[in-house]
Amino acid sequence: MTRRDYAVFDQEPELLAAIRECKDLELRIIDAWLPYPVHGIDELIGIRPTRLPWVTMAGGVTGVALALWFQYWSTGISWPLNVGGKPFDSLPAFVPITFEMLILVAGLATAFALFARSSMWPGRSKRIIDSRITDDRFVIAVSRQDAAVPDARVEEIWERHGAVDSWSEVAQ
Amino acid sequence: MSATQTAPLITGGKTAAQVTRDVCQPLEHGPTIYWWIGFVPASTALLVGIIAVTYQISTGIGTWGLNRTVGWAFDITNFVFWVGIGHAGTLISAVLLLMRQKWRTSINRSAEAMTIFAVICAGLFPLIHMGRPWLAQWVFPYPNTRGPLWVNFRSPLLWDVFAIGTYFTISLVFWYIGLVPDLATLRDRANGLRKKLFGWFSLGWDGSARTWSRYEVCCVLLAALATPLVVSVHSVVSADFATAILPGWHATLFPPYFVIGAVFSGFAMVLTLMIIARTVMHFEDYITKRHILAMCKILVFTGSVVGAAYVTELFMAWYSASPNEQFVFANRVMGPMGWAYGIMVFCNVITPQLLWIRKVRNSILLVFIISILVNVGMWFERFVIIVASLERDFLPSSWSSYAPTSIEIATLVGSFGLFFTAFLLFCRFLPMIAISEIKSVLPGHETDAGASAEAEKAEVAA
Repeated sequence: MTRRDYAVFDQEPELLAAIRECKDLELRIIDAWLPYPVHGIDELIGIRPTRLPWVTMAGGVTGVALALWFQYWSTGISWPLNVGGKPFDSLPAFVPITFEMLILVAGLATAFALFARSSMWPGRSKRIIDSRITDDRFVIAVSRQDAAVPDARVEEIWERHGAVDSWSEVAQ
Repeated sequence: MSATQTAPLITGGKTAAQVTRDVCQPLEHGPTIYWWIGFVPASTALLVGIIAVTYQISTGIGTWGLNRTVGWAFDITNFVFWVGIGHAGTLISAVLLLMRQKWRTSINRSAEAMTIFAVICAGLFPLIHMGRPWLAQWVFPYPNTRGPLWVNFRSPLLWDVFAIGTYFTISLVFWYIGLVPDLATLRDRANGLRKKLFGWFSLGWDGSARTWSRYEVCCVLLAALATPLVVSVHSVVSADFATAILPGWHATLFPPYFVIGAVFSGFAMVLTLMIIARTVMHFEDYITKRHILAMCKILVFTGSVVGAAYVTELFMAWYSASPNEQFVFANRVMGPMGWAYGIMVFCNVITPQLLWIRKVRNSILLVFIISILVNVGMWFERFVIIVASLERDFLPSSWSSYAPTSIEIATLVGSFGLFFTAFLLFCRFLPMIAISEIKSVLPGHETDAGASAEAEKAEVAA
């Protein structure tokens, strides 16, 4: 049976020290909940670098392609209008709008990718464990097999690092 | 200077919980008397603007003081002025984020809000200038029953539609994403309807380390996109002029000259707003002397570049050996609008140089006055470029002059009303300081994991 242990800290260094100790015991750290981004915690709990930049890149390429295609199509094919004797394929004049569309599509794609990947949407019920996480509390959750590390050992880690609260639950 | 750099960003020895309380407090209590002192005149000015705009839309833009020679004046001046104001917000939130300037955290939220409101104010002027704003959708290339007749992609005015539209959208998204963790903080402190509203807008934020990790990358990516965007926006605005045949309007200098002028005026407006906010909202511990000094430095730098641009313009006019160009600039300096040129040079070139003096930059009142003068000067810069160039045509028989009508002045007043009303409402209902970002620059929290491990070892050793 797998157990999940939660601990609440009120200081960043204590949280990080506790995480390091859990790692030494080869406990799997499920996640941490923080009031602000704590630098260096990604490597400690093994969060892989996000692939968001690829979404931005794809958005940018899409924006450029769409803008160029549409400007050529509308000014050269759909209704070719002679504007001041300029050629229909006046690429230099298309550059500013192409650039703006690059930024617009890339930016919106990045934002929506963040929302989708982190399951953020309006009206989503909050899954917050402790309402002070958004204030000044840090929470970590680790999972362990019953036999591997005894309860007392885990509780001792929490206590030594000054956890203000801790509890366990049995995960299915 | 070293004293500036070592002074703490946030004073008063705040803890994270105190930061939350301090920033949320004004939102959880009724408005103060100072807020009303700001809000009543602001909303009155807005009302004046609404009346003026209603009148001019129902009557036609013949209510303006324009004539055949001066076909562009007040509204384009106001448009360029307000777009420029917005630029400092993006600079603070994006460029300073990329450069890891931690002092931005106290002011980035309100500077971004300022950007959004300024762009709204700016966007209203072309809309009104259309004369038939109910056909405003014609500026967008959508399939229509008129052919379909497409918009002219070779026109800088259309580039402007895309530049301003993109700028507004990206600024709004950046601002909102920055707000999400703070809205969650408010949600977890609130009850009833407020809890529901903040809950809805905070998108179920739970502060998970995984989300934070993605969130930070997302902010950096948006900043990297917004940085070239902000440069492009005012370059495109300058291109509105550059397609004209008027001497002085199609100088190669125009895009950088406009961009730096925009940053200059924007920072002046940030200073004005921040000095008001720190006093009225009692945020002296968050918007400290160090922030004001940092912004003063940027003001001196950009002001000097703007001064250099004025000199370059005059030099290029002389060096071009084009009589038309030389005449236009001689007229700008010494012609009937020479007084406006004088105001521009005094406010933009001379007054910011006073910030070199320590006593001046240490006095909040003097910095406040200088920031307002810079805004006045930057408004006049656009007015001079536009009206002083147009009033003396190629043909002396068509020379003319321009004076704004009461309707135009009321519209300008109304745009300030809109800006300050929106800003004051923002101060009342949203956290005007980025709570989570402030927490990450508090002393003792500024460490990365490695450094705190060392600190921990030292603690054990002791």
